[in-house]
Amino acid sequence: MKQKRILLDLFLTFMKIGAFTFGGGYAMISVIEDICVERKKWMTHDDMVNVTVVAESTPGPIAINCATFVGSLQAGIPGAAAATIGIVVPSFFIIFIISLFLDNFLEITIVANAFRGIRIAVGVLIIHAAVTMLKNMHKDLFSCLLLGGAFLVMLLSDLLFWNFSSILLLFVAGAAGFFFYMIQKVLLWKGGQKK
Amino acid sequence: MIYVDLFWGFLRVGLFAFGGAYGAIPLIREVVFSYGWISEEGLTQMIAVSESTPGPIMVNLATYIGSSQAGIPGAMLATFAVLLPSFFITLLVMAALKTFFEKPYVQAILRGVTPAITGLILATGISVLIKGCVTFTNPQPIHIRAVTIAAILAAVMFGAKPLTKKKVSPIALILLSACLGIVFYSF
Repeated sequence: MKQKRILLDLFLTFMKIGAFTFGGGYAMISVIEDICVERKKWMTHDDMVNVTVVAESTPGPIAINCATFVGSLQAGIPGAAAATIGIVVPSFFIIFIISLFLDNFLEITIVANAFRGIRIAVGVLIIHAAVTMLKNMHKDLFSCLLLGGAFLVMLLSDLLFWNFSSILLLFVAGAAGFFFYMIQKVLLWKGGQKK
Repeated sequence: MIYVDLFWGFLRVGLFAFGGAYGAIPLIREVVFSYGWISEEGLTQMIAVSESTPGPIMVNLATYIGSSQAGIPGAMLATFAVLLPSFFITLLVMAALKTFFEKPYVQAILRGVTPAITGLILATGISVLIKGCVTFTNPQPIHIRAVTIAAILAAVMFGAKPLTKKKVSPIALILLSACLGIVFYSF
């Protein structure tokens, strides 16, 4: 009985999230963080960062990865299925209806104007997600350098239409983190030996 | 057999679509053109529609092409196929990583990846705003109305908490932005 309630809650919550997943994955992070971390307390902020990292380095849209992960955390594989189905239901019906009479959808002025506004909200929400992550991050020189570097490379490649792979960027950053850690260990070890 | 093609085609899209929606577009093009499911023009238009409707682009495309090729069963099958790989990969990876995340060297890798992904997300957000507010090729490059909307939304999203101690939900912000879009551009 309790299991059923959780599944229903997951399904309905992710259906609500699914109705607002505009503008690709990153804008979603704000919505999911707001609902799953702050309101429902289904996971911690660190979990959210981990899912983002995993989502970015595995195939599939971030929204789907998040839904599957949160669902499985709450109620195993049935939970993962309930959340994942929930998040696609709204867009499934919207696109299905649009597919029946596609041509004129974006030509309805009021719809087009609403979307012009939404597109800007997407940008604001993505920045908001980044600021939340920034607040929770270790702030030392090493992190700031990586953040600044990734920011510049990504912004330039986006505005100048380079075809730059974000996975490569994350890979380099991960390797940098690993080497930084190894160097620290070696230094500590040497320091220990001198004593 | 159209159902097998739809399933297999979108399974491949779901399996190999790394790096978010835009990274996946070349792969999507290759698959949908190889089966002749949609024209070049149709795909461009559909990407525009996907950008403005909820849901990830690749899921929307699967639903749309499935529906246009084989009705409701086609739409369900293609959507299912595109989701299947990331569903299982997420389950597997998160199960494997559960203990893995605690290991010191994984923590070290994450200490590098977390700031990088933060920078990446910040850059994406700023780039979306710049593209929405400025068209470099126009004689009047800055769109005043878009800048005004951006300023209002940013003030609401970032100013509400320090001023009223209440957080604005992102969903409320999206609804507000749709209203602002209608008000600013229709009149």
